Amino acid sequence: MAWDWESKESKLHKKKNVSFNTGMARMGDLGKRKVKVLDESTDNNVSFFQKAEQVPEASDDSDEGSSFSDDEGEDSSSQDEEYVDEDDSEDDDSEDDSDSDEEKNDDQIEEVLDTVTQNDEYEYDSSDEEDVRNTIGNIPVEWYDDYEHIGYDVEGRKLIKPNHGDALDEFLQKADDPNYWRTVKNKLTGQKVVLSESDVRAIQRIQASTHPDGSEGLYAPWVDFFSNEVMNMPVTGRPPDKRSFIPSKWERQRVGQMVHALKMGWMKPRGEIRKLKLTQDPNAPSLDLWKEDNEPDITKRYRMHIPAPKEPLPGHAESYNPPEEYLFDEQEEAKWEAQEPEERRINFKPQKFSAYRSVPKYSQFVNERFSRLLDLYMAARQRKMKMNVNPEDLIPKRPDKKDLQPYPTREGMIYKGHTDMVRSISPDPSGQWLASGSDDGTVKLWEVGTGRCMTTLKFAGKVTYVSWNPNPAINLLAAVVGPTVILLNPGLVDKLVCSNTDSTLDKYEDDGDTAGKKSFVEWSTFDVLDQEKGLRIQVVHAKDVVQFTWHTKGDYFATVQQDGSKSQAVLIHQLSRRQTQAPFSKPKGLVQRVIFHPVHPYFFVATQQHIRIYNLVKQELHKKLQANCKYISSIDIHPGGDNIIIGSYDSRLCWFDLDLSTKPYQTLKYHKKALRQVAFHKHYPLFASASDDGSVIVSHGKVYSDQLLNPLIVTVKVLRGHKTTNHISVLDCKFHPTQPWIFSSGADSTIRLYV
Amino acid sequence: MGGTKKKKFERGAATAFVSRNKALKKLQLNLADFRTLCIFKGIYPVEPLHKKKVNKGSTAVKTYYNLKDIQFLSHDQLITKFREKKHYVRRLKRAVAKKNRFAESIIRDSKPVYSLKSVIKERYPTFIDALRDLDDCLNLCFVFASFPHSKRVHVEMVQMCKKRTVEFQHYVIAAKALRKVFVSIKGIYYQADIKGETITWIVSHKRGFTHPQDVDYKIMQTFAEYHSVLLGHINIKLFSDKNLVYPPELAEPQQFIDQDQCLETDRTDENLASLAPAIKTTGETQDEEDDDAEVDALNAISADDPDFIEKSKLEAESVKKLQNLFKGLRFFLNREVPREELTFVIRACSGLASWDYTLGVGATYQEDDNSITHHVIDRPAVTNQRLDRTYVQPQWVFDSINARTLLPAKDYFPGVPCPPHLSPFVEEKEGEYVPEDKVKFLKRIQGEAEEEEEESSEEDEPGAEDDESDEEDDDEENKDSLEKPAGKKRKIDEKKIKSADAKKAKTMAVTEGVLERVDKHKLLQQQQAEDRRLGEMMIPKKHKRLYNKIMTSRKKSSQEARKLQEKKDKLKEQKKKGKKLKKA
Repeated sequence: MAWDWESKESKLHKKKNVSFNTGMARMGDLGKRKVKVLDESTDNNVSFFQKAEQVPEASDDSDEGSSFSDDEGEDSSSQDEEYVDEDDSEDDDSEDDSDSDEEKNDDQIEEVLDTVTQNDEYEYDSSDEEDVRNTIGNIPVEWYDDYEHIGYDVEGRKLIKPNHGDALDEFLQKADDPNYWRTVKNKLTGQKVVLSESDVRAIQRIQASTHPDGSEGLYAPWVDFFSNEVMNMPVTGRPPDKRSFIPSKWERQRVGQMVHALKMGWMKPRGEIRKLKLTQDPNAPSLDLWKEDNEPDITKRYRMHIPAPKEPLPGHAESYNPPEEYLFDEQEEAKWEAQEPEERRINFKPQKFSAYRSVPKYSQFVNERFSRLLDLYMAARQRKMKMNVNPEDLIPKRPDKKDLQPYPTREGMIYKGHTDMVRSISPDPSGQWLASGSDDGTVKLWEVGTGRCMTTLKFAGKVTYVSWNPNPAINLLAAVVGPTVILLNPGLVDKLVCSNTDSTLDKYEDDGDTAGKKSFVEWSTFDVLDQEKGLRIQVVHAKDVVQFTWHTKGDYFATVQQDGSKSQAVLIHQLSRRQTQAPFSKPKGLVQRVIFHPVHPYFFVATQQHIRIYNLVKQELHKKLQANCKYISSIDIHPGGDNIIIGSYDSRLCWFDLDLSTKPYQTLKYHKKALRQVAFHKHYPLFASASDDGSVIVSHGKVYSDQLLNPLIVTVKVLRGHKTTNHISVLDCKFHPTQPWIFSSGADSTIRLYV
Repeated sequence: MGGTKKKKFERGAATAFVSRNKALKKLQLNLADFRTLCIFKGIYPVEPLHKKKVNKGSTAVKTYYNLKDIQFLSHDQLITKFREKKHYVRRLKRAVAKKNRFAESIIRDSKPVYSLKSVIKERYPTFIDALRDLDDCLNLCFVFASFPHSKRVHVEMVQMCKKRTVEFQHYVIAAKALRKVFVSIKGIYYQADIKGETITWIVSHKRGFTHPQDVDYKIMQTFAEYHSVLLGHINIKLFSDKNLVYPPELAEPQQFIDQDQCLETDRTDENLASLAPAIKTTGETQDEEDDDAEVDALNAISADDPDFIEKSKLEAESVKKLQNLFKGLRFFLNREVPREELTFVIRACSGLASWDYTLGVGATYQEDDNSITHHVIDRPAVTNQRLDRTYVQPQWVFDSINARTLLPAKDYFPGVPCPPHLSPFVEEKEGEYVPEDKVKFLKRIQGEAEEEEEESSEEDEPGAEDDESDEEDDDEENKDSLEKPAGKKRKIDEKKIKSADAKKAKTMAVTEGVLERVDKHKLLQQQQAEDRRLGEMMIPKKHKRLYNKIMTSRKKSSQEARKLQEKKDKLKEQKKKGKKLKKA
């Protein structure tokens, strides 16, 4: 039948190209019919059946009608909306009027069905519902030619071939029926279908190779809605959502939230916020900040505030056009480059530009600002008192030079003759002669005024110490050679004194009771041959003697033995009785130097770091002085007896005032190297120190008889002359007994006199 | 005996200081917030005198703060604000992550703001206190004002700093407070005298800008935030004290030669930023009286010291001269001359400045104006010079300000190598090196003609025999009068030696003995030196280190001076040789 064909045709179209959708619709509206939406399916069915029922009275085949109604019933039940053509019905009505034929009616129904199937596009999608009247499938229909049925319906009943009459009927129909020419037979159902006017027209158009639709704008410009090009505002055929027609729930909630936020004051209208921001800037400049300058309350915090130091101001070197001498030369530039940025004197390289416009941007500008900021909040601050001191004020006031005179100022004489370093010197009490002991094993006696060597005495070992007896009535010189102390009478002085000396020595008689006593040393006299040379007595110790010192009166002398047994480290000898005693059963520490007090029966023992003063009469420790130095090398006592000076190997000289304290009254550290000897002058307020740095420093050290006045100590002269050999320079220094002169002996085997 | 045993580290220095970590714990802040707080409140670490006492016997490197400072911080409102801000950030982050635009906008609107007013008042109870700290503030604000727009700093901050600095410059112009200018390779230093406080700041050269890498912009921004607020408050106070309208407004309606130079809305700001136009006053002016009053006050304070009065009077006179240095002068800045800097200094000394209107807003007269007296030009050659104006290089302006007088323009003509530009901040002490150019400069100020010198030098050149004497003359010029006799002696000695050498060369002969001359002067010097050395020996240990320190620093400076002098002499010699070669 025609509608079937139609449907197939349209299906074909749809499958071919989706873009033909609209064209399809147009094809569907072949008869220019309006589509009407029927609200209710039941209504639809009713009207449909009503329409359908109008026909059957004329129809000769009830089966046909029933099958139709069945189909439609199925269709309608599967769909909610039904499309019916009003125009169509009107047209049909008019057609009905003109020729009320059953065929026509039939045709009308077909047409209705057509439109229904065509408009219902979803119908085509369900392939299983296709052509349900005959289920034989796609087989040659000729196979059923011999049967009375043409196939089977869905329920398996036979579809009986409609009876169209024989050839005569056919012929009659050809003559009678005006629609015969457009009646075709549906092969599947065997029914006859009368093609409608529009169908015929379409066929005619197809035959004429034109568009079946007959529409005119066939070659309208092509609009490609769906292409590979990405459009900014894509056109879609998407139908609007349902939600776009319904008020949004979420929006309602959001509005509710906003209203609530406004009510609570969490939210403010936009304009108000902007206004607030403009008007209520809390940091906007205002005049009321320093309206009245009230004084700050002086809290502890306020007082402790340390303001950041200002940045230093630039100097000439930083100028863009500095004086030429400020520019770096090659050497300075290389040095600047090599230095770490922190240790550079200036943090930029001076440059000269010929014009202001050619000055470039300073690359470190922001970095320097930044480092300043870091300093401001991160650098630890400390209050430092800036001393605005004139360095001249720091130098202690010195009395006028003239008030300090006399003191030795220049080199007066050099005594040459020794071949090795001169360890010790000693001027005789008259001041006319000078004895010297050297490592070359000789003792030389010099005339001070002329520098002439009067006598040379050769000994077996190195002469480490020489010392004149301080008693002017006795002319006796002590020399230390290794463990032996040799007392000699050189006979240089007045003959009376010499003979006097000899007679005093001869006075001694050995009482012979030495046996009972423990002897630490061995006293002996020299034979006649040696006596002629001047040698008188020798005192042999167990170990090497390090130091020798006379008592002021000249009868006693003390010696210090090197690493002897502890009890015998210090020995005191009496010349007149040729007796020796060891005063200390166990001296504390390593004894360095000993000295007698000039007036009182005190005995000073200097160990490495302390000085102990013993009362020899009471036989007890009188005082212990703390030297505040590491290693005492020498000691001397002021002739008044109340002050002593010590020299130490750690280049310090300490002055002790025995009346004041057990600690040094003054420590002078003016020598660069170890001190070897210190000495007081017998009459003048002078003392001197000899050091390995090659200098003898003479100082003025006045001790006042007034107890309230502290000693006045002023350095007055630095005397240089001795050469340094093997890091040793000046070994000994002694003042002249009467003149303000000083002798010094050194490792360069010379003796010098400064006057 | 009764009494509890004193425990160590429970009193004294141990309790007066607190380490940074402890401070953080006490304040319950993170390091960044603590840093910001310290920057705002001006809290700085301190160096305890005895580290061991503070840190329980350990000398480990630690940062210490005064406990009082930290206690003081703990009461601060800013801490609450910081916590609010923390909270705000957290809420905002959450809203952003959830894409909750509504919540985000609400949160953004409720951003906590804090006022730094009370902080400023607390740090600077009086206005003078604030002025004392102005140096760093200005330096940083000028740095920020020079920043280009970038991600590193907030644009608002840059704009704010720019605004504040322009305001400040207008004040300096209006108050004529500028005292010294120095163009260094780092930037331009300005020194102004504001209410008796000397304020120095540096502005970088306006050249292409590159952001340095090793700088923490967060810290800089924190400082800038504080400093811009401080500068705003200082500005308003200064403006009101000077009877100026704040924020600054143009005194006269602006005139535009070129309408299209900038947006209509920016015009006033641009015009103000050009520093060329005058700003509006409130109507009452009493500047002159103020100054007189100041001088009177000074007199009253130290009436006993006549020298001081004399000095201050002289100073006041010279300052007045400086303030009116360019009065009545009209400058025209050529296009290669930095506009802003020169306009600022010229206007601060009562001058007027303009430029080609195509260069920027603010130009008031053009190059062909007949009233122009000075044309500042930084090019070697000038085409079609006009006779009715003086052509000078920019350095003339700076040097004139430092000299406080109009220098002869001869040395600063375009194309002529300028005399060295010297730092006005250096005041040489005794024993320090005084550059020869400075001496010349001072002479120029005094108006002494240099011609004589030049003539003499020209006279010297031709005779080769004169060379020695010439050098000696130079030496004598340089040396003090004290050293003169020594120099002469040396000369005699040299001659003697020369003659002796000549005789030796002849034949062997008996020569007359030369009397040994005792150089009394030298002897005296030697003796003095020895005395000094002896005195130094007797310096007690207590003072010895200080003395040595002073002496080494003195030695260093004298060494430096000597080095510079040597360099100068060498350069001079080279120059002379060069001249001779040319002549030959």
